[in-house]
Formats: sequence, structure tokens, C-alpha cells
Amino acid sequence: MITAASLLAAEGNNPLIPHTYELVVGIFSFAVVVLVVGKMLVPRIQKTLEERTEAIEGGLKRAESAQAEAEQTLEQYRSQLAEARHEAARLREQAREQGAQIIAEMREQAQVEARRITESAQAQIEAERQQALTRLRAEVGELAVELASRVVGESLEDEARQRRTVDRFLEELEERTRTQAGEQVS
Amino acid sequence: MNPLLAAAPAGGGEEFQAPGPELFEFPPLFAGGPEWLTKPVLFAVVGALLVCAVAWSAFASPKLVPRGMQNLGEVGYLFVRDQVARPFLGKDSDRWMPLLLSLFFLIWTWNIMAVVPVVQFPVASHIAFPVVLAVSVYLLKIYLGIKNQGFKRYFTDMIPKGLPLPTYFLLVPIEYLSTFILAPFTHAVRLFANMFAGHVILAFFSLVGFWFLFEQPTIKGVPLGIAGVIMTIAMTGFEMFIQFLQAFLFTMLAAMYIGSGLHADH
Repeated sequence: MITAASLLAAEGNNPLIPHTYELVVGIFSFAVVVLVVGKMLVPRIQKTLEERTEAIEGGLKRAESAQAEAEQTLEQYRSQLAEARHEAARLREQAREQGAQIIAEMREQAQVEARRITESAQAQIEAERQQALTRLRAEVGELAVELASRVVGESLEDEARQRRTVDRFLEELEERTRTQAGEQVS
Repeated sequence: MNPLLAAAPAGGGEEFQAPGPELFEFPPLFAGGPEWLTKPVLFAVVGALLVCAVAWSAFASPKLVPRGMQNLGEVGYLFVRDQVARPFLGKDSDRWMPLLLSLFFLIWTWNIMAVVPVVQFPVASHIAFPVVLAVSVYLLKIYLGIKNQGFKRYFTDMIPKGLPLPTYFLLVPIEYLSTFILAPFTHAVRLFANMFAGHVILAFFSLVGFWFLFEQPTIKGVPLGIAGVIMTIAMTGFEMFIQFLQAFLFTMLAAMYIGSGLHADH
């Protein structure tokens, strides 16, 4: 059996007493690890981790700025679109106004023209009427004289004859009128 | 033949003998070689070089987008930084990461050797190695304390103020004893003792298995041997946890001591 007493009794083998050469090797091993891992390698990975953080943060920032820019552009487009719509509405309104104005003008012009035509027609009619009246007046006198002379010239024997004379005169008169009308038409 | 049996003192012969401190005694690696070149010494150096090699493969040329070993290395780095350094050192963490990362992985590698086949020896179970690490941290702690807080303030600020005068006759020695003697001692011994005990336990159960199943198999002994094998497997798993935990704890205490040197405790 191994007891604590026998354990301590063997002074050289006391596990709580460090061996000198193991201390030296321990210091050496620890120093090597601290130099290689600690001094050389850890700063590298620290730098990489920092760079990664920066890269991620930078990426996020870039994405943010890109989004902001996109939003700004969208806003710009929207305002431009609104402006364009406004402009279009304005033009439409203007066009409608102009159209209405043109129609009104045309109407007025047409009315003036119609009035002018009517007036000239009336004037012509009046002139022709005057002319006809004048001629009629002259002709009626002539005719009356002619009729009278015939009536006087003819022997007023019988009524039948009298009547014939009047009829003939009227027929002639009609024919003359017709001829005159035909001349005027042609 | 089992090296455990070879190391065991001859003479018992028929009787089962539990392994003892002779587990931790090694002759020179080869006959006629220097006395200091023993198995623990060899694997202390191998462990250190292994840590360097792994760290080199992970961090030699780190990329912004990590691949392969760098991923693994970063997991280790971030674990030590976030679980060990930051809780105690805060914004000073990065400054002390070289030391803490080296400590953590060197100790862990030394500890893991307890379960590596053929090696099967925890380097830290020889107290010289924990002592080197603990003393380094201890000296650093005192150096930082005097440098950052001034000689007088460093030695007075750790004593609580405003207590009745007689209390100080008790308090001051206890405080100094605990800070300057017990703390480094327990720092080293905690690691050493855990690895020492773990190695004894593993050696014991594996020897039970070997002895009762192969060396002296008897009808009564076989179940005991099987129990020994099962316990060896279970304790190996448990030891792996302890190995990690002790490396973590040692590094955490180192971070705490460095923090106490940088800023006075409040």
C-alpha cells in the first residue's frame, strides 16, 4: 500500500517538488509558444478579424448609401413625373381653352358671313324688285294703253268677242311673262 | 507487456497492486541518454511545437473569408476572447490575447496527451510545468499592479477601507497571504492535482481491466475486469472534459489576475 507518509518519505519522488530540468523545459516550451503563437500569429488573426469587421461595416455602410441614393433618385423621378403630369394637365387645359376660343371665333365669323350673305341677297332682291317694279310700271302703262286701244279698236258687238279679246290679251300677257322668265332663268 | 506493470514494483507477483506515484517517474528516454530527457520533457516540447504548428496552419496567412484550419483556429480564438478574456479584461482583452491564447492551448494540449494513445501522459501532472505558467502569471500580475497602480497604492488598495482598526490585524495578513502566496500556489496546484489524479484514476481502472482479464484471469475476477474496462472508457470521457475545464480555468484565473493588476479591485 502507498500512503501519504511513504509518498513524502521518498523525498526525491515528491510530486509537489518540481524537477529543475523540467522547469527549464517548461520555461522554454512556454516561451516558444508565447513567441510563435502570441507574438507572431495572434496579431495576424486580430488584424484579420478587425479587417473583417471593417469590411462588414463598410459593406453595410455602402449598402446604406446606395439605398439612400436610390431613394433620392426615386424621389427625383417622382417629382419629375408629378411635374410632367401637371404640365400635361396645364397644356390640356390650354388646348381646350384655345379650342373653345377658335370655335367661338369660327362661329362668329360664320355668323358674320351668313349675315353678310343674307344682306347681299336681300339687297339684290331689293334691287331686282325695284328693277322689276320699274319695268312693270312701264310695261303696265304700255299694256294698259295697248289693251285700251284694242278694246277701243275692236267692235264691241258682242260679249263673246269682247271676252275673246280680253282672253287673248291675257294669254299674250302670260306668254310674255313666261318668255321673260325664261330669259331671266337662262 | 503493460508498461504500467513494468513500472510497478516487482515482488507482489500474484497480488493486484494499485498504481501509485511510480506512474510519474520516468527513466531517461533511451539508455545512456541524458538524465533530463524523459517522456514528460519530450512531450512538453512536442506539445508546445504542436500548438505552434496548429496555430501556424490556422493563422499564418489569415484570410478575410476563413477556410479550413482558419475556421477552427478562429473558433478557438473567439472562445478564449469571449469566454475568458472579455469577462475579466473588457476592452484590454486584445492586448492580452497573445498570452491567454498561448496559455489556453498549451495547457489543453499538454492535458490532452493523457488520453492520446501511446503517449498517455498528462504533461501538467508534473508540477514543474504548471509552476512555470503560474509563476509567469504571478510575476506579470505584480509587475502590472505596481506599474499601473503605483507601488503604494497597489499594496494598499487591495485592503478594504473603513473597517474598525482591530479587524485589520486579521484582514491584512489574510489578504496578503491569499493574494501573494495562496493564489499562485492554488493556481498551479489546481491544474497539477487534477491532471495527477486523473492520470492515477485512468491508470487504476485500466490496470484493473488488464490485470483481471489478461494477467490473472479468474472466474471471480472477470466481472471486475469488465467493470474496469467500462470505467476506463467512462473516465476517459470524463477526463477529456476535465482537461478542457482545467485549461479553461487556469486561463480564466490568469485573465483575472492580469485584470487585478491592471485595475484595483473594488
